[in-house]
Amino acid sequence: MSATLRIDGREIPFSEGQTIMDAALAAGLYIPHLCHNPEFSPHGSCRVCTVRVDGREAAACTTAAAQGQEVANEDEQLNRYRRALMEMLFVEGNHICPACEKSGNCQMQAVAYYTGMLAPTFAYFYPHREIDASHPEVVIDFDRCILCELCVRASRDVDGKSVFAIAGRGLRAHLIVDASSGRLGDTDFALSDRAAHVCPVGAILPKRHSYEVPGHRRYDQAPISVVGDVTTREQGDGHD
Amino acid sequence: MPRIRPPFPVTHGYRGRPTVVNNVETFAAATKIAAHGPEWFSAQGTRESTGTKLLSISGDCARPGIYEYPWGVTLRRVLEDCGATDALAVQVAGPAGQCLPEGAFERRLAFEDIATGGSLMVFSAGRDILELVNNFTEFFAHESCGFCTPCRVGTALMRDLVKKVCAGRGTRYDLEQLQRIAQVTRATAHCGLGHTAPNPILDTLKSFPEHYATRLRPEDYTPAFDLDGALEAARRLTGRDDAQAHLREET
Repeated sequence: MSATLRIDGREIPFSEGQTIMDAALAAGLYIPHLCHNPEFSPHGSCRVCTVRVDGREAAACTTAAAQGQEVANEDEQLNRYRRALMEMLFVEGNHICPACEKSGNCQMQAVAYYTGMLAPTFAYFYPHREIDASHPEVVIDFDRCILCELCVRASRDVDGKSVFAIAGRGLRAHLIVDASSGRLGDTDFALSDRAAHVCPVGAILPKRHSYEVPGHRRYDQAPISVVGDVTTREQGDGHD
Repeated sequence: MPRIRPPFPVTHGYRGRPTVVNNVETFAAATKIAAHGPEWFSAQGTRESTGTKLLSISGDCARPGIYEYPWGVTLRRVLEDCGATDALAVQVAGPAGQCLPEGAFERRLAFEDIATGGSLMVFSAGRDILELVNNFTEFFAHESCGFCTPCRVGTALMRDLVKKVCAGRGTRYDLEQLQRIAQVTRATAHCGLGHTAPNPILDTLKSFPEHYATRLRPEDYTPAFDLDGALEAARRLTGRDDAQAHLREET
């Protein structure tokens, strides 16, 4: 007999070593998330997947599934937390959806809509960040980076290059590139790297690929809870 | 960056092996138990909190220093002993601890009442509670490692909102936003720093609401930035600095 936990009252099976997020994904149950991607080891930094486990808030992506756990996921208070977290991410960077190539295909935008966030209510920080267009195939728009470390993990664990890392503390934490110039063009990064296709926002983008036609973008017809993450589609082909 | 727990150090600590993590005070207490016996030790303190506690007392008092008390001592007794004659508030257990008003001075230092690692800061009647909140909130924003969203962004948002209220530019809406950010940060942060960073704000909003209320503006909303200051670049570009190029000061 396999072990089970309950999410919003629904019995969900899990196997040893799985997290709550693993069990939910396997059961086709959506828990909003940004920094999680089942291809990589769990990170737990965005906190958008916060659920209530036996009465206590915890990140679903890093909390081990356990027999008999009672997990609350779709819950008004949790949704308020998640919406506030999304607002925090939006005001921390410079996220101008109408001008962004990723609009409609952006996981951050899709999760924001899912949580009911239409506009942030917190004060914007308006940080000044430079664009890195030094690489022939890929551009980095740091304005949109949410520090999920998916590119860090992909480059290190899949590509074996460790092109990316996070430097700085607190609000000064930022993505850096492993080159003495600090520029992507001076690394061995390539468009064929997995790290070029895991960004959940519009921070790492292939060049010469502009705006998609509205109506045909990933999140135009159905919410992210139905169509899933943007990175799963891009697997293998970033230009479909 | 604090690692994901569990596992805790008790099972996976130094070099991945089970590890005892205790502070010097615990080792000193263990030594005394070895020398005098467990009955001697548990005869002191309360039923739930046996033994004694070292307190590091600082702030507005005549005799700051290190004090040792049996657990269960009232805050009032401690304040009397250190010569804190007109305490407005006591910050127990550091910035992440509790800010207690006079109404709580009969409460006891004990695991079952006011738990503390030993820090005790006294603030006298002349002190501005919001300055205390401002200092602590800035401390947390500075200490945040930046790993998780609520602590990285939430502590900075709280810092800026507290500064806005301190400067006399805040409104009731800003206090609502402060509460909202505080609750989210407390509930969703990755580690203890984020969980406790909102404490100074939440405690003082409850215990010292008048210290906030007297600083508020009557409007429903005031912007986070200085509107007139935002026009400075335009004034410089156009070479103007006459009255018409300034927003009228709101009354």
